[in-house]
Amino acid sequence: MGLARITHRPIRPEVLLETVAGDENGAALLFLGVVRSHADGRAVSGMRYEAYEPMALKVLEMIVAETEGSFDVSAVAAVHRIGELGLGEASLGIAVSSPHRGAAYAASRHVLEEVKKRVPVWKHEHFEDGASAWVAGTPLEPA
Amino acid sequence: MELEVLFFASYRELVGTPRLRLEVPADATVGDLVALVRARDGGFGRLPERPAVAVNQTVAQPTRPLAEGDEVAFLPPVAGG
Repeated sequence: MGLARITHRPIRPEVLLETVAGDENGAALLFLGVVRSHADGRAVSGMRYEAYEPMALKVLEMIVAETEGSFDVSAVAAVHRIGELGLGEASLGIAVSSPHRGAAYAASRHVLEEVKKRVPVWKHEHFEDGASAWVAGTPLEPA
Repeated sequence: MELEVLFFASYRELVGTPRLRLEVPADATVGDLVALVRARDGGFGRLPERPAVAVNQTVAQPTRPLAEGDEVAFLPPVAGG
């Protein structure tokens, strides 16, 4: 069974992988989205993530359920972290298990792209020079 | 009727508040509410003409009618991941 969470605490990859574990699987795949040190040529020192939490959880749950229903996977787990994150820290964790690797890769990518399009999360970049700015995003569309 | 209106991220900074209780006509739609909000003094007029608006946590069309007690949220373009 799938898992979706919005958390204020560090993402624990081993917990995600345990959540999707099962003897029928030939593949267990973990993706982490992490904070990087540059954006459009500017040095970045950190990132603040904000969410409309109840809606973000609801949409993430829908994405996990849809993905489990439309790919040949055993289980999907997805966690989005919010709050202040430093360089290298994981903002998004996705674990997928499947009997076969192809479906696991496809399903993991699907979850990631849908999260970027549909989950109400925003990020505020802090730059090395002291400035900060909201990252330009994707407009939400009515279902 | 009275509604709770939420603002997030850059929109919250534009309008200077995370939430507002607003009196709207009983037959108001999402589009009507957006027009009412944008007509307020302060930074409200700097909100886009057609922002994404969620009603009870689902993104709604401007034609959607509103009901007493609905939770309405103005949502800037999203950037998760």
